[in-house]
Amino acid sequence: MTRRPNWVAGGLSCVWLAVVLLPLWLMVSWSVQLRQDYLDQGPFDFPRAFTAKNLGDVLSSGFGDYLVNTAIVTVFSVVLTLALALPAAYAIVRSRAWLATASFRVFLLGLAIPAQATIIPVYWLITRLELYDTLTAIVLPTVAFGLPLAVLVLAGSLRDVSRDLYEAMTLDGAGPFLVFVKLVLPLCRASVTTVGIYTGLNAWNGFLFPLILTQSDELRVMTLGLWNFQSEFGVNTPALMTGVLLSALPVLVLYILARRWLVAGLAGVGGK
Amino acid sequence: MTLTTKAPSAGPVRRGGGVRGVRPAAAPDRTPRPGSLYILPAALFFAVFAVGPVIGVGVLSFMEWNGLGDPRFAGTANWERFLGSGAIWDATGRTLLLTGACWVVQTPISLAIGVWSAGRQRNRAVLSAVYFLPLLLSSAAIALGWKAILDPNFGAAKALGPLIGYSDGDLLGDTQGALLCIVMVVTWQFVPFHALLYQAAARNIPASIYDAALIDGAGRATAFRYITLPQLRNTIITSSTLMIVGSLTYFETILLLTDGGPGGATHVLPFLMYTEGFRSYEMGFAATIATALVVLGTSLSLLIVRFSGFAKMRSTLEGI
Repeated sequence: MTRRPNWVAGGLSCVWLAVVLLPLWLMVSWSVQLRQDYLDQGPFDFPRAFTAKNLGDVLSSGFGDYLVNTAIVTVFSVVLTLALALPAAYAIVRSRAWLATASFRVFLLGLAIPAQATIIPVYWLITRLELYDTLTAIVLPTVAFGLPLAVLVLAGSLRDVSRDLYEAMTLDGAGPFLVFVKLVLPLCRASVTTVGIYTGLNAWNGFLFPLILTQSDELRVMTLGLWNFQSEFGVNTPALMTGVLLSALPVLVLYILARRWLVAGLAGVGGK
Repeated sequence: MTLTTKAPSAGPVRRGGGVRGVRPAAAPDRTPRPGSLYILPAALFFAVFAVGPVIGVGVLSFMEWNGLGDPRFAGTANWERFLGSGAIWDATGRTLLLTGACWVVQTPISLAIGVWSAGRQRNRAVLSAVYFLPLLLSSAAIALGWKAILDPNFGAAKALGPLIGYSDGDLLGDTQGALLCIVMVVTWQFVPFHALLYQAAARNIPASIYDAALIDGAGRATAFRYITLPQLRNTIITSSTLMIVGSLTYFETILLLTDGGPGGATHVLPFLMYTEGFRSYEMGFAATIATALVVLGTSLSLLIVRFSGFAKMRSTLEGI
């Protein structure tokens, strides 16, 4: 069946392309020129000369350390989320215990909690646990508020596993733990990736929990580092834009290498 | 995965032991079930770090606390102040206005882009890879990038501002302009995500419906109105509710882009919660604002559970 091209939609799609690309182009263009060139030229002018000076400035002011802190928070958040959510999802789908049923209800409700609104009791709790100003303080609430979605996505994929498979394994004499390790884990590899990426992005981009739960320079994460640059560099927009782009570089690499997985992870909320 | 789940050899096994016979259709249950132990860590963790704080917000709204020492009971003082404060009512109005504006702007754009990029044409695939680029940036990065773009002296706003009636390009310094900027930045940031939801849903509409409509002589507009829109109904509900609940809690964008200014023009409830709590150290009053947000957000989110696939998950044991 031949289709007549849709000119209206084609035209509008080009408009949106410009809306998406223009700000990104400006950020890239500013980040590769010297500050003096940026001030002399108009915002839309092509860079007069390319420079890596901004990158050097940004890295020498400690942005590398911020990225390391963010990476630590991200890795621990992902690992802890999966370590808690995988057995929980298995129990929700297979267990007859009342705790499993009740927890499922609570997790469903938990999807509705706006994490930002709980910062004050979270702050109270973290100070009482004497964890204030540690990276652990960021990981704990980040994981807690990511758990409902993680559990529901994993449980959703486990529901598709045929009951016969469980029974076949049981006939072979496997207990619940062996079933979990040999059957459940391999079968939900795809949704583990989804949950991992979604949790990882949340932790990577987190702002509010680090803001209220840490204060020292050594523990500053990437998002707060960017904010700090704004006051530190003042009107040095090229350096700030370099930091902005640098903060997204690992995600961009992920996007290029594993676009399908990243998109699946991003759509995690709507997917199930 | 599909192949393994259809393993035919399991059939006879199932028939082998129908002893209890209460429900002949159901298989006998000889499989050992995982016990509570598997869910206990997650349940405890969630109870302490999520459910506890949610309850704590309500409790703290009746307390007085400066962030140090221990909270003290303060009766309904915070709530009286909350209800009697003009700034709170203004911020509530502004929050709802912003929420509404963001929904009105984002929904048609995401719907159009999602449906358009669901097409399998080569150019659409390439363009949608570009469309999703804003998803790679954090809220903080986006807010700071846009702040530079909207800078009236060196940014793009100097050149583009006059086109929409801001001759000096100072959108961020204007009461309405600042709100407009927030809607713009939020749209740029979140349309890709919602478009992604619509794209996935639009791809699930069976092509045969469109073919049938084509044979009946339906044009493109008719097909969109009578096939695409009704088929996307659930996605529209899910996306709208996520948008609405999300807009109630925009915080980073406002903190970094306008810092509530100019002169309180972009003070919304989550922003006031932060400033009351962590700038004025009136944690009790901040918790009161937070309680209002939790109630508002939760009641809206429960609509997601009700109208979207979340609630249905319980019954899709077989998988679709």
